Amino acid sequence: MATAETIVKIAGLRKCYGPNEVLKGIDLDVQRGEVIAIIGKSGSGKSTLLRCVNGLETFDEGALTVDGQPLRHGDARAMRALRQHVGMIFQSFNLFPHLSVGRNVMLAPTLVKKTGSGETIEQARQLLARVGLADKFDAQPDQLSGGQQQRVAIARALAMQPAVLLCDEITSALDPELVGEVLRVVESLAEEGMTLLMVTHEMSFARKVSDRVVFMHAGRIHEIGPPDAVFGAPQTAELKQFLSALDS
Amino acid sequence: MVDFSLWDILRNLLLAARWTVLLSLIAFVGGTVVGLALLVARIAKLRGADVLVGAYVQLFQGTPLLMQLFLAYFGLGLLGINVSPWVAAALALTLYTSAFLTEIWRGCVAAVAKGQWEASSALALNLREQLVHVIGPQALRVAIPPTVGFLVQVIKGTALASVIGFIEMTKAATMITNATFKPFTVYACVALMYFVLCYPISAWSKSLENKLHGHR
Repeated sequence: MATAETIVKIAGLRKCYGPNEVLKGIDLDVQRGEVIAIIGKSGSGKSTLLRCVNGLETFDEGALTVDGQPLRHGDARAMRALRQHVGMIFQSFNLFPHLSVGRNVMLAPTLVKKTGSGETIEQARQLLARVGLADKFDAQPDQLSGGQQQRVAIARALAMQPAVLLCDEITSALDPELVGEVLRVVESLAEEGMTLLMVTHEMSFARKVSDRVVFMHAGRIHEIGPPDAVFGAPQTAELKQFLSALDS
Repeated sequence: MVDFSLWDILRNLLLAARWTVLLSLIAFVGGTVVGLALLVARIAKLRGADVLVGAYVQLFQGTPLLMQLFLAYFGLGLLGINVSPWVAAALALTLYTSAFLTEIWRGCVAAVAKGQWEASSALALNLREQLVHVIGPQALRVAIPPTVGFLVQVIKGTALASVIGFIEMTKAATMITNATFKPFTVYACVALMYFVLCYPISAWSKSLENKLHGHR
């Protein structure tokens, strides 16, 4: 990457749940346009790390900046500014069930960015078309399949024009036959240069799409590198064991 | 001896029913405003709000409404504040209603999935926007049956205001009985009138519930 520009900077991040330290000093710089897959056993702290990036989780020590803005918990104005740069997609979709698909996508731009209604509608239609759901603008979320709901969630996150997109196991709640349609959308985003941080169990997808793979173990970044190195030539016993457990 | 017709009884009861309705409305509107304010204070995690509101709720839920009415009427009098039965009844019923409603609604807000808070936070919505556009509408759907059910309790609770001399339906009934010596007729009429007030509200709640769920 010739014009490397750090968009997410994580330094010395630590977090405890009571006596249990779940993040034990995380350092990670993410460049603009980079796709990073975070893998590891459950309980290794990968989701917690991801959720720290937009402040859904607080941390106890260390610093985190997104697009040059430091994350400051307790400062509502700063958090609102930062979160406009960070989109997030959840395992359980979390669409707003009382709003139509179109209004799910339009809600945040209307309230937070105060864009005019004509513009917002036009943008929502474009985004829904982009995720292959142009005809679902007026549908209710519960009329959609899981894969469709997750694609609406992606459109909803994109409507805020985030600089970084966080994906927290976004295919884990889907039936196997619906995983592909969601991953294809994510892949197209990666190709268009979106910065992506994703916690995933889809190893072949991680290998194919990501620029770097982060293997987390017991609250630390245990190994990090290009997918071929991490998957092809694991250095540590923990990663070898993790990968072999997946194969079996 | 003067003879009282059924119409005489009904007419006087109907006149008194105005005050039952008005007192219920005051209690409900006042209770809604206070209850909502307490709810938001709790959700916004204002310092000490959770403990204070919790104690407030326990206080009003753990004592009989009758005692609350007595205390509002005689207690304020002891403090040198001379309150009319009207003011005392309106105050006690408002506080009583607010304590129950704030607790009912807290449960309704808690029933909204945590992911809704997270998704709306991640989209940079502030607390007010979250409550108005995401959490509120979903909590409201759950809140209607218990809220309206409680409204019916409040209407019936106004009967207790008769003990501090507030002339609503029940107090009027006692007075009419003393004049007519027809307790059964009078109290049967009163019961019927409470039913006529409460039943449409329950039916309305049911239809609202069906409508809101049908919309999903």
